[in-house]
Amino acid sequence: MNAVNDSIVIMKRQLLQLIRIPEVLIFSTIQPVMFVLLFRYVFGGSISTGIPGVDYVQLLMPGIFVQTVAFTLAGTAVGLAQDMERGLIDRFRSMPISRSAVVVGRALGDGALNVVVLLVMGLAGFVVGWRPSASILSIIGGFAFLLLFGFAMSWIGVLIGLSVRDARVANSAVFLAVFPLTFLSNAFAPTTGMPKALQYFAEWNPVSTMVAACRELFGLTNIFGVTANSLPAEQPILMSFLYMIALMVIFIPLSVRKYKNSTSR
Amino acid sequence: MKSVITRDLVKVYKVSARSKDKKSASKEVRALDGLSLDVEEGTVLSVLGPNGAGKTTLVRVLTTLLRPDSGEATVAGVDVIKHPDDVRKLIGLSGQYAAVDETLTGWDNLVMFARLNRMSSATSHARANELLEQFSLGDAAKRPIKTYSGGMRRRLDLAASLIVKPKVLFLDEPTTGLDPRGRQEMWGVINSLVDSGVTLLLTTQYLEEADQLADEIAVVDHGKVIARGTSDQLKREVGGERLEIVVEQQHIPAVREIVSKISPNVIIDEDLRRISAPVATGTKALMEAVKALDDAGIHPLDLGLKRPSLDDVFLSLTGHVAESEEK
Repeated sequence: MNAVNDSIVIMKRQLLQLIRIPEVLIFSTIQPVMFVLLFRYVFGGSISTGIPGVDYVQLLMPGIFVQTVAFTLAGTAVGLAQDMERGLIDRFRSMPISRSAVVVGRALGDGALNVVVLLVMGLAGFVVGWRPSASILSIIGGFAFLLLFGFAMSWIGVLIGLSVRDARVANSAVFLAVFPLTFLSNAFAPTTGMPKALQYFAEWNPVSTMVAACRELFGLTNIFGVTANSLPAEQPILMSFLYMIALMVIFIPLSVRKYKNSTSR
Repeated sequence: MKSVITRDLVKVYKVSARSKDKKSASKEVRALDGLSLDVEEGTVLSVLGPNGAGKTTLVRVLTTLLRPDSGEATVAGVDVIKHPDDVRKLIGLSGQYAAVDETLTGWDNLVMFARLNRMSSATSHARANELLEQFSLGDAAKRPIKTYSGGMRRRLDLAASLIVKPKVLFLDEPTTGLDPRGRQEMWGVINSLVDSGVTLLLTTQYLEEADQLADEIAVVDHGKVIARGTSDQLKREVGGERLEIVVEQQHIPAVREIVSKISPNVIIDEDLRRISAPVATGTKALMEAVKALDDAGIHPLDLGLKRPSLDDVFLSLTGHVAESEEK
């Protein structure tokens, strides 16, 4: 059980960082809250939900939750790249600790950060009129699903962080990868308004299936365009789950291997 | 008993000037080129060499961070290549940079490393306090590392490598980048460790440091050990006293001519405009030189007899001055 002990120590280190520099937590929640306000009040008035009786804010909140959780992999990548630069990864690798602990602990730590961020955003959403209509159990399920998604996505961040070895590069690499995914999706506007070709991409996009899954869990119906009768539209929860498993199956072994062979110089 | 043994270690890096540009030919750098050395248990070996000599690569191989392309290495009797996990239980490593979490406090860091060494929570706390006291960091224990001076960071980094007393401790350039005071402090700390009987392999590019701390010195250049011995042995190898003359640039050829009549092995340091040569006849040689210089009408800026320093050893062994590759 050494691997578990080691992972927990590394995860605790990250939580301790949040206590030592509370600014990190503050800024990682302020940005999503700004997005909530921006889309709710600036763009929201002009975007039609396409569903009678449902205001935009109901559709928006699951979208912003998914976007925020997806972007936490930036923190994972930057943090690991910094540890590489500073030689901390070398120290860990020269110690008799479990080979997977450093990266597992990091992914778990970032998952834990998401708990706080989602809580703050949920409250902010409530303030601006978000009222999920599903049962409390289903809503909790939605948040648990979001946390799992964050954990799965953070493994991409682990691989990026260990590969680029430079915190600034890590940040821009993540932004380039995640930004199009979150905007070419149903997170902020219905895909039905997009050109046909783009609809295919946007509706199969894991971010969209996640958003659709969350909307379902929070008690909304989803509207799909061109893919209306295929798997993502019919079974967004299942589809998202498959995506997460695929992410983890691909990126966890790659990341652990990268860690074992990584050298800072 | 030998605590560290390496035989014919080779590590070649492929370096391309611009990795994205496929046209640029990749160049091979032989960081280790058949390096063999050993360290007797309970002694301090200083691996001395300029930047790029292969010192850090050697440490990275011995601490399991890097696999050599060929060759053998054992640490505390354990094969580094075949059983890296076992080696990690026996070693401590403190590198060129303070490899600690900058945002956490000194205490947080040490507790984390103790916990990673599978100590209980209570033991970890006790060990952290003990080490902070030992390295005079007690007052800074609850401050983030960010606020530490360079010397304090290095001491904390060293403390982190001593959580479990290692059989062999590796220090990779422990004082590089420190100011003179920080260096003195670090030397004090390392000397007290040495007194406690730890086997230490220390790399340095400072000859003075090797002289101060090490029982034995291995001079490394271009990935090979080019000389080996105590500091006295190495100095003896270079010979006794040296005649040294510093002159204006334009007089260098003339002075070279004069000195070479006294002793054939003239070494010229163009940067320092210094001409030097080993001499066996002491003051007699000096007088000869003075007379010849005077006859030639050359007034040296500096002139004298010098006992050999490790710098001279290095110069005569490698044909270039230490640290020259840094410029």
